[in-house]
Amino acid sequence: MKPLNFVLTGVGGQGIVLSSDILCLVGMAVGYDVKKTDVHGMAQRGGSVISHVRLADQVFSPMVPLGGADYLLAFEKLEACRWAHYLHRDGVAVVSDEAIPTLAMESRTPYPADDEIMSQLQQRAGQVQIVSAGSLAAGLGNPRVANVILLGALSRFVAIPAEIWLRAIAERVPPKVRELNRRAFELGRSLEVG
Amino acid sequence: MIRILSGNEAVARGAWEAGVAVASAYPGTPSTEIIEEFARYPGVYAEWAPNEKVAVDVAIGAAYAGRRAFASMKHVGLNVAADAFMYASMTGTETGLVIVTADDPGMHSSQNEQDNRTFARFARVPCLEPSDSQEAKEMMIAAFALSEQFDTPVLFRMTTRICHSSSAVVLGERVEPPARVTRFPRNPAKYVMVPGNARPRHPLIEQRQEAIAGFAETCRFNRVEARGRELGIIASGVAYQYAREVFPRASLLKLGMTWPLPAQLIRDFAASVERLIVIEELDPFIEEAVRLLDVPVEGKSIFPRVGELDPRTVRECAIAAGLLPETARAPTLDVDVGPLPGRPPMLCPGCPHRAAFYVLGKLKVPVLGDIGCYSLGFAPPLNAMHTLGCMGAGIAVAHGAAKAGNPEHHVAVIGDSTFFHTGLPALVNVVYNQSPVITIIMDNRVTGMTGHQENPGTGRTLQGKAAPIIEFEPLVRALGVEHVKTVDAYDAAEIERTLKEFMRLDQPAVLITRAPCALLPEVRLRWRPLTINAEVCNGCGLCFRLGCPAILKSDVLDTRYRRPKALIDATLCTGCAVCAAICPRGAVLDVMPAA
Repeated sequence: MKPLNFVLTGVGGQGIVLSSDILCLVGMAVGYDVKKTDVHGMAQRGGSVISHVRLADQVFSPMVPLGGADYLLAFEKLEACRWAHYLHRDGVAVVSDEAIPTLAMESRTPYPADDEIMSQLQQRAGQVQIVSAGSLAAGLGNPRVANVILLGALSRFVAIPAEIWLRAIAERVPPKVRELNRRAFELGRSLEVG
Repeated sequence: MIRILSGNEAVARGAWEAGVAVASAYPGTPSTEIIEEFARYPGVYAEWAPNEKVAVDVAIGAAYAGRRAFASMKHVGLNVAADAFMYASMTGTETGLVIVTADDPGMHSSQNEQDNRTFARFARVPCLEPSDSQEAKEMMIAAFALSEQFDTPVLFRMTTRICHSSSAVVLGERVEPPARVTRFPRNPAKYVMVPGNARPRHPLIEQRQEAIAGFAETCRFNRVEARGRELGIIASGVAYQYAREVFPRASLLKLGMTWPLPAQLIRDFAASVERLIVIEELDPFIEEAVRLLDVPVEGKSIFPRVGELDPRTVRECAIAAGLLPETARAPTLDVDVGPLPGRPPMLCPGCPHRAAFYVLGKLKVPVLGDIGCYSLGFAPPLNAMHTLGCMGAGIAVAHGAAKAGNPEHHVAVIGDSTFFHTGLPALVNVVYNQSPVITIIMDNRVTGMTGHQENPGTGRTLQGKAAPIIEFEPLVRALGVEHVKTVDAYDAAEIERTLKEFMRLDQPAVLITRAPCALLPEVRLRWRPLTINAEVCNGCGLCFRLGCPAILKSDVLDTRYRRPKALIDATLCTGCAVCAAICPRGAVLDVMPAA
């Protein structure tokens, strides 16, 4: 099978590790060898987080090589810019429009403007999909499902059937929010590409 | 059954399948989850010890008593536990004993990146190094058999990348080892290490090491993967994975046991290839041992001895050394994005440590720090910590500075769990030898940095049992500290008053700043975001000096001074109100305005 490399990024507390766990289950369900690695520094909250997921017939390094990611799934748009160099030239960036500000005293470098972020991403990715994951999740009644909406949006670009994703999500989330997460995935998957 | 497990989960699984009965640990990234996972399995005893030395002694005691046991810790924890580790090598045990060290190449969350394989050579014990989760589980089981076969502790060396990477693991069942001891051994010649008993033990452990080196020749974790003759690579740990990925045509000697090394296997492998290299993270540990065999080898002349390896570094170094052609270079995108604002580690919104650091910054005293969340008090804009070395160092460093005649008031800052870890003996020293050191015990009621572990002050054990709470105030009074005060950690004014009062004394004093971590579930329920009254705020910026991530610079400028007003991010603010207390204009409101 074609090897697939994913880089997931965002800020601590956004559900990145859960999402990369789900991607692993998706890969395993279709018969891939699977490895993932999470990099979180010292911060309990608010630090930059990156997770690598690799699917192939046999995976060696758990780390995606720079310039080797087929997909960048970003839960925060500044973090999308920070890690976009992992993408290869034809890679797909699925990016939440959420912005989490950086510390006031430290912001000698200001948070980049939207058009600057977009231009950076477009220079690095073959395709960029911006998703209003936060407001869509609020619309579903729970801001915490933004990550599963993003997984749904990502799934449009990956040749693995929706049922496999849904089964992996159901396996990994508590029973009482399974239905909510199913709707979140379907909503993300139904978004127009582009 | 196959499940995706992290390296840490796999180590715990392996210990359980191996029939381990007792485990003890002190939290430390990247090792923490090993015992947390193990503690959830049925029929085992697992505990948080106050420090790593205690944890290793506990595991040794269980293994003397005839039950398989392990202790787990981060790499620098083994420095604390080294005394116990060294005598365990001398005595051996009745049943399997494994010491898990989680090294941190790249220093993701540590003060150094020491390579603990050196401890295995130092102590004459075998070292196992897994390369993925499946191996971590299998090797953990094998480690106990190895320990029992050779009557030796085993050093099990993980690294951050193996601890926090996940891959498929085939699960097995728990196998209870037959009980080897029915009665605690009375064998002083083996277990009482007075000089007269220790001297005859030393040649035995040297002979043991030779015997284990023989075992290493055929150990299933040391294997040759024969491919091309042109290049042969010796690799261990995660570096093996990078070698496979970057050099698909090279022959490999994969070492799972990296001490003692299989001399004949290495010689035979070297003879089968034209050029021999070692790829290993950090020290040239294998490389130097190979060179001592008179086998020509390269390693650190090609690959860095500093920091964590990754496939790109291995590839680039290999190209530079002529091991790979220029065409092997991976395509990278050379788009310059310019500087992006960072997200440095910082105290969380609502952190109970913030007010004390704000006051310490104001008082301009030397602050001798320690290891924990509160280490972040060093960072701008608080800038309120001037040394940080290892667990428990701050109080004794402050004492030394005071005894050196520095006339300033030295303040040592230490967290609750770290105080239990190694702060206690240092405070005993301050009392015994009398120095006017002020110790602040920042008691946030939990071990915070590693993700909310229980400790002797929390009233709960690792396995969820109720426990006596060891209270700091009576404890430090019992040590003989006369000047002790406990204050609300959010009360900056009271902290300032108390510190000034202590600074007028010429005696040891202890301030306990107490409030539970803002991220504890029961505390989260009390979060109530504050707001700034933009009419009143004149942008003086005092609240920015708290370094609170919830306080932002507004786009609105004060009309008189042309400086940005403050703005509170309601999604981050917990309502701790430290900013409200220091605001000179009373611009911080504790109620959300009507929409």
